[in-house]
Amino acid sequence: MARITLDHLAHSYHSNPQGPQDFALKEMNHVWRQGGAYALLGPSGCGKTTLLNIISGLVVPTRGRILFDDRDVSTLPTEARNIAQVFQFPVVYDTMTVRENLAFPLKNRGVDTQTIRSRVDEIAGLLDLTRSLDQNASGLTADAKQKISLGRGLVRPDVNAILFDEPLTVIDPHLKWRLRSTLKELHRKLDLTMIYVTHDQTEALTFADTVVVMHDGAVVQTGTPDELFERPEHVFVGHFIGSPGMNVLPCQVDGATAFVDGVGVALGRGYPNLSKTGRIELGVRPEFAVLEAHGDGLPVRITRIDDLGRTRIARVMLGDRPMAATVGEDSAFDSDRAVLRLDPARIHIYADGRRVDGEGAAA
Amino acid sequence: MSIVLEGVGKDVGGETHLDGISMALENGSLNVLLGATLAGKTSLMRLMAGLDAPTRGRILVDGVDVTGQPVQRRNVAMVYQQFINYPSMTVYENIASPLRVSGRGAEVDAKVRRAAALLKLEPYLTRKPLELSGGQQQRTAIARALVKDAGLVLLDEPLANLDYKLREELREELPRIFAESGAVFVYATTEPSEALLLGGSTATLHQGRVTQFGPTPEVYRRPQDLVTAQVFSDPPLNVVSARKAAGQVTLEGGAPIPAAGVFASAPDGDYAVGFRAHHLSLEPAGERPIALPATVSVVEITGSESYVHLEAGQNRFVALVPGVRRLDPGSLLTVYLEPRRLYLFDRAGRAVAADVALAA
Amino acid sequence: MIKPVNQKAWFLVAPVLLIVAFSAVIPLMTVVNYSVQDTFGNNQFFWNGVGWFSELLDRSTDLGGRFFDSLGRNLLFSAIILAIEVPLGIVIALSMPREGWRVAATLVLMALPLLIPWNVVGTIWQIFARGDIGLLGAAVNALGVDYNYVSNPLHAWITIVTMDVWHWTSLVALLCYAGLKSIPDAYYQAARIDGASRWAVFRTIQLPKMQRVLLIAVLLRFMDSFMIYTEPFVVTGGGPGNSTTFLSIELVKLALGQFDLGKAAALSIVYNLIILAVCWVFYTVMTKADAKAGAA
Repeated sequence: MARITLDHLAHSYHSNPQGPQDFALKEMNHVWRQGGAYALLGPSGCGKTTLLNIISGLVVPTRGRILFDDRDVSTLPTEARNIAQVFQFPVVYDTMTVRENLAFPLKNRGVDTQTIRSRVDEIAGLLDLTRSLDQNASGLTADAKQKISLGRGLVRPDVNAILFDEPLTVIDPHLKWRLRSTLKELHRKLDLTMIYVTHDQTEALTFADTVVVMHDGAVVQTGTPDELFERPEHVFVGHFIGSPGMNVLPCQVDGATAFVDGVGVALGRGYPNLSKTGRIELGVRPEFAVLEAHGDGLPVRITRIDDLGRTRIARVMLGDRPMAATVGEDSAFDSDRAVLRLDPARIHIYADGRRVDGEGAAA
Repeated sequence: MSIVLEGVGKDVGGETHLDGISMALENGSLNVLLGATLAGKTSLMRLMAGLDAPTRGRILVDGVDVTGQPVQRRNVAMVYQQFINYPSMTVYENIASPLRVSGRGAEVDAKVRRAAALLKLEPYLTRKPLELSGGQQQRTAIARALVKDAGLVLLDEPLANLDYKLREELREELPRIFAESGAVFVYATTEPSEALLLGGSTATLHQGRVTQFGPTPEVYRRPQDLVTAQVFSDPPLNVVSARKAAGQVTLEGGAPIPAAGVFASAPDGDYAVGFRAHHLSLEPAGERPIALPATVSVVEITGSESYVHLEAGQNRFVALVPGVRRLDPGSLLTVYLEPRRLYLFDRAGRAVAADVALAA
Repeated sequence: MIKPVNQKAWFLVAPVLLIVAFSAVIPLMTVVNYSVQDTFGNNQFFWNGVGWFSELLDRSTDLGGRFFDSLGRNLLFSAIILAIEVPLGIVIALSMPREGWRVAATLVLMALPLLIPWNVVGTIWQIFARGDIGLLGAAVNALGVDYNYVSNPLHAWITIVTMDVWHWTSLVALLCYAGLKSIPDAYYQAARIDGASRWAVFRTIQLPKMQRVLLIAVLLRFMDSFMIYTEPFVVTGGGPGNSTTFLSIELVKLALGQFDLGKAAALSIVYNLIILAVCWVFYTVMTKADAKAGAA
């Protein structure tokens, strides 16, 4: 069990990196607490896998250090780090039974048979694998195999951290739910540091207490799921988290009113100190933009309404700007004209992509 | 082009992979095959394409029996989960490749540019596929399938290998792209939410059988049987057993209540009651809610909503509730169900006729 | 309702069927015909029933003795070369580079012995191992070991086995290498995390994943070594004495040396049946292993 410290960590795959563009991972300083559940979330190529490989010991960082508690492990090989890892595709030892698979890491470390037995039974119980303990591991379903790879990490009492590398990729939607809640339950019971790498926001948000959003080799925001949802610090976070993502519209701000293509939008806060030169944008999540047939609000034109079963998402045009909005529960539309009601307190203003704190009370 | 399957089945090595599949796919329609891995989606597509011949039944294209006719003689295009393009050709050449054999210069060019525009590939026409992102590679593969003007386009989990956000983006565009093309589209997916987003018609597959086929929202809202409701539900459908006797209904673990909603017209007997995660609430709501005691096992917070995993006796439920709810695991609470939001299935798993129009 | 997908396919297969009929079926029937008859030349044949077969399978007769002796030599030879080539091939495959320019270089070097015609291999070793002028033979003699494969049966065996190992180990190694290459990196990484020793990695990951190709390698090497003819014929001609006379050499001696067509035919049929039986065993084992892997 360990606290993980990333100290001026940076990595480049070039032998002689010139500028920041050569770095797959730009310099970062973070402390991840012991027992936390973290998710590294970002699109392909954002550097999350590089970071994971640095933590697991496959990659030695170009600059900076990585510490487990106070021990510098930057150059230690994987096997000396006491970590466990669950991979994208299930890794089980085909010729062994489930029990032998779970016992394998302990056997390799010369633990006595009695201890192995009790430990394996305990972990199998946690993972709901007790009934298949004496089955051959190769014949099991993908989700059971993932549980075995996880179990092989858990049997070691001294494990520092468990790393997950998109572990649900090959799992069917129905089983994803079961496996995800198993992970969550385990985290609660075992007080282990867990790091989960994914491009899937649902997996990241539901798994982690703290989500680390990465973009272009850098961490753009670290926060709880509700922080990321309610107060995205960067337009990228707004776009990447949420389905559909946040509406981002270029605008001009005058005091507590934003003008999008000349249409005034009331804001919950005032922005007197906004720079005049940068790119100013307004961000509002579709969840806080409700489409109504009539009433007060911004006039919009409906282009499409998607029925997602439990909600309906409308695609609308505000002037020439496409937006996504939530459709009120029992609203019916007889023309393509409608009004959009925005919740002023939930509107954020971004200057050059970064969120600007407004002045005045937020409702 | 229209395609009709009549009682189609396929056995492989004595095992039945597909059985009793009858469906009619109309010209210009989008048809989603929804089912878990190994439910038979790919096998069914292979039969439609003519890559395999069915063991039983007939396949008619525009009323003509084509059963057993090889794929070369059918007008089909296919897009796979893997991004399959010619690596040594540019995007333009890739898209044009199905046309090279028969086409003429200007006509080919026009078709390629139209498909590229539809899939937003215009800026990348001179690049090689491997220089593109996964999303753009798959767009190229889809463009190539469209340009062929095939009467039948089969897409086998085309978005499965893409990042979540790229998937979302393409999903949003696909219905429009399909609508403009006018071919018969068949789209296999494991994800209920994808089926809903795509719209069109959905066939739910389970163990080699089509359990229901109809307009997507219709299949989602009025499943004919328990299996269909389970296949078409994400989070998984919550199921609890119930007994109706003498005008009273008892849900497993709950107290007897007067039979209302779906129960009102159902005959006495044992039932399985299904309900979706977002219809399970933590506060009493709607008309005459049914209360059930439950224990919180895990809470997952998505930022705007919370998935509350519950244990109620032997049953496990998932509730999707709005807002951030931090509930302690192990805590006891009461959950509520609105009778009109429930699906009722008899012991054979068939839906009991009831007005479930509101069970959104 | 089952319709063949394409009837034309049969026309494409027809030429092959025709060729197989002429090259295999008809000669085989001729052999069967010979095996039940006796001849004193002049194209005069006499019915002999199963006479040749009963003689062949009876150790006390001359024919039976020769058959069982050479069968024993064949089995011993196959066992020895399998025992050497399979482990050696695995070791070589394990130590081959995984990436970079060295992969191509190693592969080409490994493939070289496989590209040399068999009789040339025989000739190379026949000269190479000679005590008077051969590089190997002379060198060993110079070291004070009295090495002469022409007169000493043990030396003859060592020469032939060494030659076969030199010739064919690369095939086993290349097959194993292909098997190793197909193991995803995650397996090695997981094993490191699990603290597995080098030996444990080999036993729990590499060997199971190589199982399929190893079976193919063993099958190929067994069949090939069981039917070996050219190389020992060129190197030792079956000698000294009969010490390296394998079934195939015995067969040629009978058929072409003594012109005992009936005996030779009976021998070749039994030889054929043994090979078919072994093939069948391998096939069953392999499909079973496949079915197991398929279920996984």
